[in-house]
Amino acid sequence: MSQKHRVAVAAAAALLIVVALLVPMPMSAAAPQTHSIVINARAFAFEPSILRVHRGDTVQLHLESLDATHGLFIDGYNVDIQAEPGKSADVTFVADRAGTFKFRCSVSCGTLHPFMIGELNVDPVFPFARATVATLIAAIGALAFFWRGG
Amino acid sequence: MATSRFELTRVPIVKKVLVSRWLQWSLTAITLPFFLLVILAGFLGTPVGSRNFGIVFVWIVWWALLILLMLPFAGRLWCAMCPIPVAGEWLQRRALVQPREHARLYTLGFKWPRRLNNMWLQNVAFLAVALFSVVILTTPFASALVLASFVIVALVTSLLFERRAFCRYLCPVGGFIGLYSQLAPVEVRVKDRALCATHREKICYVGSDAGYGCPWLVFPAALDKNTYCGMCTECLKTCPLDNVALYARPFAADLSTNKGRRLDEAYKAFILLTCALTYSVMLIGPWSMLKETAYAVGAPGWWLYAIGFLASNVAIVPGIFYACVWLGKRIGQAAISTRQLFIEQAYALVPLGLAAWAAFSLSFVLTNFSYAWQVLSDPFGWGWNLFGTADWTWTPYFAGGQSLFQFPILLVGLIGALAIALRTARQQRISPRAALPPVAFCVIFTLALVWLYV
Repeated sequence: MSQKHRVAVAAAAALLIVVALLVPMPMSAAAPQTHSIVINARAFAFEPSILRVHRGDTVQLHLESLDATHGLFIDGYNVDIQAEPGKSADVTFVADRAGTFKFRCSVSCGTLHPFMIGELNVDPVFPFARATVATLIAAIGALAFFWRGG
Repeated sequence: MATSRFELTRVPIVKKVLVSRWLQWSLTAITLPFFLLVILAGFLGTPVGSRNFGIVFVWIVWWALLILLMLPFAGRLWCAMCPIPVAGEWLQRRALVQPREHARLYTLGFKWPRRLNNMWLQNVAFLAVALFSVVILTTPFASALVLASFVIVALVTSLLFERRAFCRYLCPVGGFIGLYSQLAPVEVRVKDRALCATHREKICYVGSDAGYGCPWLVFPAALDKNTYCGMCTECLKTCPLDNVALYARPFAADLSTNKGRRLDEAYKAFILLTCALTYSVMLIGPWSMLKETAYAVGAPGWWLYAIGFLASNVAIVPGIFYACVWLGKRIGQAAISTRQLFIEQAYALVPLGLAAWAAFSLSFVLTNFSYAWQVLSDPFGWGWNLFGTADWTWTPYFAGGQSLFQFPILLVGLIGALAIALRTARQQRISPRAALPPVAFCVIFTLALVWLYV
């Protein structure tokens, strides 16, 4: 493969990766629902630790702490509530961003505090699907580019 | 070296700084006080890691600087300023800056055993630390104990053995840095190897009044990768022929050749790759049982975790990769031994491994970096407020957007891995089809991390 062809392969792969990451995806036709979820926080875990809703759903979170003061901060949603034993906290928000978002304790609660993490999955999880396609395009592009040299 | 490179030491100020005897002393004069504070805070400060300078500054600030800046762009620069071996080195030299006559070293002068002249002990040491990492990363006392034990081992080693035997053969982090420093766009190398061959005195190795013989036990003319160069620049100081220089070069230039690839280094690549994935699952994932199990050292569940962790690192992941290489050998009808191909293809995991560590590190560094402002004012968690930042609230940086950094880094690591896998096949004069199964391994590994982080 000539240098010219290899540059063309790299450019095409880069373009396809951008398309895979940015192309608009169809919205879900399902009617939005409301989810009332009770989350129990203890050192150093949330229960349940994995939540799954659909984009457009309304999420009502009720945080109970079973031992010390714990927080619940959701990445990407700017949701931050705190609860202590006997004093729960509530928050309601619309899950308007699709994807996987970590939620984590926002109050220093002990040794494993930085890793007290849960996960909110807002379907459809397009970012992962897009990233998977982009990864495969990058791999195929790299194989074509480096197959004979480089 | 076939790669293009630019001699940075042609710039007068760069040369002047690098040949100054004050350079390394000045760097360690900055890091040593921080290190002492880390140890003190670990032993005396609050047991809450996110409020303790020892945890926050080592495992968030230093770690971020190491993985995201120093390693990819400056290779082993950290080793030139690392405070851990300096006490032993100063004792060994009985000098802080200027060497004594003929750079004499005060040590029992034992030679490092030839059988251990490799990375295996560093692999074992890294695994030992990694096995307890959940405790070490989060418990100030444990973290300080480990760091203090490094200092003691380095001190004893430097009194028994010549030069920096600890850094070269024992330091758990040293092997990590050494492997990934091959990716850095800088190198210390001789300018003309032929000139070294004609120079009988080998001052760069034995030392002189101008400086010490290579503390890393490397003959600079034989240096063909960054792995064992601590960037201390002693060779620039001692070479009477001005035949050593600092170069800028393309990224991953050390991996452009398959010369000198070894099983101990290949295993380091497997261990680091496996640990990056394990930590990503265990620490960043939502499965609290895994974290609690890894933290409960000595409990029945922990033993299961330990067996699983060690088996993954030394047998399962290398075993899967070996099967990929064996399959590739069959597909490509290669005449080379599977073992040799296994060793050489394992170097494809170097860029992927560093990318995996960078992705993992970003996830907790960006989230927890704001603790640095708090502990700067209150390093021991005793209620101080030295700089008025103790009450700054926890603020995760780029919350929800970290994958914008992680995903491109993983893609770059994957592309680098594929390039090296295919180049290795070419260098072995075998069909590139032989690289396809290892390539598939790298793609699946990347997708696993993408699943965790995106």
